[in-house]
Amino acid sequence: MMTQKIKILIVILALVAFAFIVPRSGSFVVLLATRAMAFAILAMSVDLLLGYTGMSSMGQAAYFGVGAYLTAVLATKFHFGMGWDFWIVVVLGILIGCALAALFGLFAIRAGGVYFLMITLALGQCVWGLAYRWNSLTGGDNGINMSGRPSFGLDLTNETTFFYLVFAFFAVSMGLLYVLVRSPFGRSLAGIRERELRMQILGYNTWLHKYIAFIIAGGFGGVAGVLWAHTNGHVSPETVVLTTSVDSLLMVVLGGAGTLVGATLGAAIVFGLREYLSTLVPWWQYALGGVYVLTILYLPMGLMGIPSRLRQRLGSKDKGEGSKKLASKPS
Amino acid sequence: MNTQFWVIQAFNGISYGALLFLVGSGLSLIFGVMRIVNLSHGAYFLWGGYIALSVIHVTGSWALSLPVAALTVALIGVFMERLFLRSQGFENLRTGVIAAGVGVLISLAIARGTHFTWPQFIIGAVIATVAVFALLKRISIIPVDNDVLRQVLLTVGFAFLFQQGALDIWGGNNMDINPPAAFTQSVVVGGMYLPVYRVFMIGMALVIGIVLWLVMEKTRMGAAVRATVDDAQMARGVGIDTNRISMFIFALGAFLAALGGVIGGAFLGIYPGLDFEMLPLAFAVVIIGGMGSLGGAAIGALAVGLADNFGKALFPEVSYFTLYAPMVLILAIKPTGLFGRD
Repeated sequence: MMTQKIKILIVILALVAFAFIVPRSGSFVVLLATRAMAFAILAMSVDLLLGYTGMSSMGQAAYFGVGAYLTAVLATKFHFGMGWDFWIVVVLGILIGCALAALFGLFAIRAGGVYFLMITLALGQCVWGLAYRWNSLTGGDNGINMSGRPSFGLDLTNETTFFYLVFAFFAVSMGLLYVLVRSPFGRSLAGIRERELRMQILGYNTWLHKYIAFIIAGGFGGVAGVLWAHTNGHVSPETVVLTTSVDSLLMVVLGGAGTLVGATLGAAIVFGLREYLSTLVPWWQYALGGVYVLTILYLPMGLMGIPSRLRQRLGSKDKGEGSKKLASKPS
Repeated sequence: MNTQFWVIQAFNGISYGALLFLVGSGLSLIFGVMRIVNLSHGAYFLWGGYIALSVIHVTGSWALSLPVAALTVALIGVFMERLFLRSQGFENLRTGVIAAGVGVLISLAIARGTHFTWPQFIIGAVIATVAVFALLKRISIIPVDNDVLRQVLLTVGFAFLFQQGALDIWGGNNMDINPPAAFTQSVVVGGMYLPVYRVFMIGMALVIGIVLWLVMEKTRMGAAVRATVDDAQMARGVGIDTNRISMFIFALGAFLAALGGVIGGAFLGIYPGLDFEMLPLAFAVVIIGGMGSLGGAAIGALAVGLADNFGKALFPEVSYFTLYAPMVLILAIKPTGLFGRD
């Protein structure tokens, strides 16, 4: 087994290598990587809920969406956030994500299992409905086109500069979430995931723990949305559709729930299929659907679970036992 | 806003609700019996519409397209349920289907950009399929039963596959199903023109609703289904074959959704993306009514149909919000829906 320190070192080295290689690989790669990283922040926020707290939210696109719409509306209607005040928009994006999650959490956290799934789906659809129909604010189906990116000493219209900025946000988010899930608070979240009743008996206010996790995830969703709006230059109801939420869930499951690195890997793969493969072949959606099906049937622990599964297989001759253990693990 | 406005809007809402009942009742029954949240239900709707278009194109008969489309999609549903949503049985067939799919994709990927011929392509696909099959045989499948999230993602995966499949078979254009001329006229009731087709939709939903109700309440099969909804384990204990009931209900759900697709296609049109438009509406129906309850689905469909119509007519800017917000409230207050049981 690798120690935690070595793992952290590997991740940091991988990030440095990533930041070094991507800007030297052509503008299309830079753009793709930038957008994928914005999505990866969303995926990590889903992972905080799904992987560390055991809540499968089907409406995470809502926070992503409000962050993106906030940025776009401020930029086009108030010409706000195109200079140094970009940082104010970032803070506002986090706050609006948190605020929305705080509101939605009041309805959603009480519910468990399939009902949590359904209620977050409905909440996500509420936001989608507003984005789709509230023409005077959101531009309806056409969405909002933004012109240019902020410039404050750093000229973000330069793709490479913008890449580094989003990379910084991504790395900091990952670091913050890592600290969070390793903290006592994060440990109690994991306890809730494994056995909520026992945590209640131990005297933890599990509702409050879940609520706070939900709000934090909303905040990360919001900041991801702010970045997304600027990577894209265009915000439309497509940003908030059900499939965005479902995609972010798959990213987490594909990478391996409960591992922030896994969420990032998953985001890279799913995003790559959607944005890159779709430019190459017309049948890319078969690949996307195939990845969904194969992941669920063959990789329930995700890519990050492969090493332990291989170990299990090589270690014990009795294959059946290993898979049974995996199957009975509550999720 | 006179009386006529309200009557016409109510009529439109009810007829839309009739359509939603067809989609929602199946989804509700599937959830009730199998505890499966089926996100490919919208795809069944879409495929129903598309298959009907093909049937009409070939035979020219609209009446024939209804049963053919519904039965075909029911078969697709059974295929999906038996192979992928159940862990037991058909292991080799399942692995084979997956391997063939992956094999064809690999071959497609290799063939891209090169001047491939059909024999080369087929040979490539066969080799890839065999290789993938051999690989997958060595990996054990982790069953999806009782894991809501994985069922959701699995069915979403199928929804994407169906979406692309429909795009490849029928293309991306917006198409219309044209019912017989008799249906395109209007009847005058109390000085108002009501389209015959919408009257037909309401009648159709009523007939299907009553038949379903009779089957559920008055037959042995229906009693077994209700027992399974209430407590599947207990039902198994008293000797009810819940496995067969699941298959039957899944087929029925797909059948009804496809029927909805054929009927709804006449005034919604059939186009890519319709599947994911109908899906959240179907969920709204199921959730408001309560999962697994037929009467609940009827009430839910009526409520969603009316809310959708009046919302769009009265406050267009927040019309979808007025649809989904009540859904949230109901879930928050009574998670099992208005008529659902735990």
